[in-house]
Formats: sequence, structure tokens, C-alpha cells
Amino acid sequence: MNPIILIVILAFLAGTAITIARVRGVFVAAMLTGIYSLLSASWMLALDAPDVAFTEAAVGAGISTVLMLSALALTTNREKRPDRIAVIPLMVVLMTGSVLIYVTLDMPLMGDPNAPAQVHIAPEYIDGAHDYHIPNIVTMVLGSYRGYDTMGETAVVFTAGLGVIMILGGARRVMSWQERQQKRREEGELVLEEVYPLPDADEVDPEGEVHPIDDDGGGAT
Amino acid sequence: MSHLLIPRVITKILLPFIMLYALYVQFHGDYSPGGGFQAGVIFAAAIILYAMIFKVVEAERVIKPGVARALMAVGLLIYLGVGFLTMFLGGNFLDYDVLTHDPSHSQHYGLLAIEFGVGVAVAAVMITIFYSFVDPLRD
Repeated sequence: MNPIILIVILAFLAGTAITIARVRGVFVAAMLTGIYSLLSASWMLALDAPDVAFTEAAVGAGISTVLMLSALALTTNREKRPDRIAVIPLMVVLMTGSVLIYVTLDMPLMGDPNAPAQVHIAPEYIDGAHDYHIPNIVTMVLGSYRGYDTMGETAVVFTAGLGVIMILGGARRVMSWQERQQKRREEGELVLEEVYPLPDADEVDPEGEVHPIDDDGGGAT
Repeated sequence: MSHLLIPRVITKILLPFIMLYALYVQFHGDYSPGGGFQAGVIFAAAIILYAMIFKVVEAERVIKPGVARALMAVGLLIYLGVGFLTMFLGGNFLDYDVLTHDPSHSQHYGLLAIEFGVGVAVAAVMITIFYSFVDPLRD
């Protein structure tokens, strides 16, 4: 891969990260995190890691952005301006960053065939994938060699969903919207669609004519 | 967003392809990049797109919140079930070689089974999280 492409992508990543930290509009920041994920995905694709790029594009740029925007609907869309620049956290971040950069100097170069990861365990994975005729070594590694890890990851995803249900979902979401509307009607409350009887887009002609709404609440697509 | 005509039409055209692609990524994971995690997310993205462009209520008719919650556990149980099946057949936990007589085929079947479990769990979790975040009253 042409190193210029990598440098350009990394420069864009750094620029996006700094912009996210500086921008005060939370909506803008949410969209920029999506762009950051998309750039990360292209960078990983440039490093010949399509599996990771795939996940990053789908989870980072897709689902996370949607969830971030949904979360924004529950809060304000301006970040409060801090009173002063926090000096100690800045020092901590700078020191950690310089230590990390210092350590990477000792790491093997990218694609170095003599790197410990390449000589110790990778040949066994490649041989195994060859013996079992599984062309995608990544799947072989995560499923066959590291089945326990992947099981743990699935459990982590499951636990994450469980946590969100416990915090945000509750018993509220078990009832579907229609069921709740029905319950409200039975309790004699005003129901949203009776207050604002909006027509469905299906019932609007391209010419702009609005058909009367059905009595059953419409929505029959 | 249900009043926007062009996104609605585009979504209707794209949705089957997104779902088909998710299934391709799911079941072709042995041969090409992808697998359960990616496929689950893509499938959930299709449902989320549908919920955003049409209404959350409409998406809840396709996959009910309770069903999504149950599928979260089902996915994990499929994975665990494969592990216990291999133990039952005399191997170690998640040792796929004992599934059939040919170890190579066994690896393929075992991987397909656990990837399916992962895909179901991830898709269900993503859909559940999305349902938890959105307020269906505010369409």
C-alpha cells in the first residue's frame, strides 16, 4: 500500500479527533465520530485487515452514530463551555501519549517477518487453516483456535444488551406502542394521534392531495 | 422521517439487498471476510434503517421487542449448545472435530453453527439497544 495514502488517512484521523475535542455542538461531534470510524475503516482496509475494517464500518460508522443521535434526542445539543483549561488532566494525557509513542519505537516494524507474532503462533494458524481447508484464517482463529474467547465476546455483547435494557428499557418497552396507545384509550387519556392527526406519507399524493385518514389509525403499508 | 418520499423509495429498494448481504456475510464467513459479528450488525442496520425511515412502530411489527430480547439469549445459547454438543459427542468443549467423521467438514459445520449463534445474538442486541434508545412516541 502506498505510504502516502496511509499518511493522508492518518492526518485526516488526527484532524477529525482534534475537531471532535474542540467542537461544542454535540450533533456535529456525533457526526464527526461517524466520519472518524469511516476513516479508521479505510485505514484498516489499507492495512489488509478487511475483517476489522468491516466491523468498524458497520459498528462504528453505522450503529454507533445512530445510537449517538438517538441519545442526543434525550439530551441537549450544546456542550457546556468549561470554566478554565484543566491543567492536570492535560499533563496526564500528554505524558501517557509520549510514553505510548516512546514504547512504539521498540515495537517491530509493520509486516516484519521476524516479529514474534509472525514466527511463534501465526505459522501454526496458517498450517491449521490449510489442513482444514478454511480459506479465511481469521474465522478459523476466532472460531476454532479461540472458541472460548469468541464465546466470551458473545457473552459480553449479550451483557451489554442486558445492561441497556436494565437502564433504559425496563418494563416500559415490553409493551409495544400500539398496546400502550390502546391502554391509554381504555383509561380515557388523550392519545397522540388524536391530538395531532398527521397523515401517513402513503396517503399523500405526489400532487399534494391529502386523503382522509382511516379510522383505524392508518399505517397500513 | 416518514414523510420523505425519496428516502422511503430508496430504502424499500435497498432493504432486501442489505438483508441478503448480511446473510451472505454470515454464511460465507469461512471463505471471505466477515462472520457472525459483522453479519449481525448489518442485519440490525437494515432493521434500524427501516425503523428510522418508516416508523419505529412498523419495525416493531417486523421484529417485536420481546422477540429481539429472547433472541439475544438464543444466540448465546446456540453457541454454548455447540460446545455442550461436542462434549456430549465425546470431545472437549467446542472441539468441533467430533461433529462428523471428517475433521475438515466438522470444522466447517462447527464454525457455521457458532457464527450463526454470534450473528443472532449480535443482531438481537443491536436491535434491542436501538429500541431502548428511541422513543416511539416521537416519530
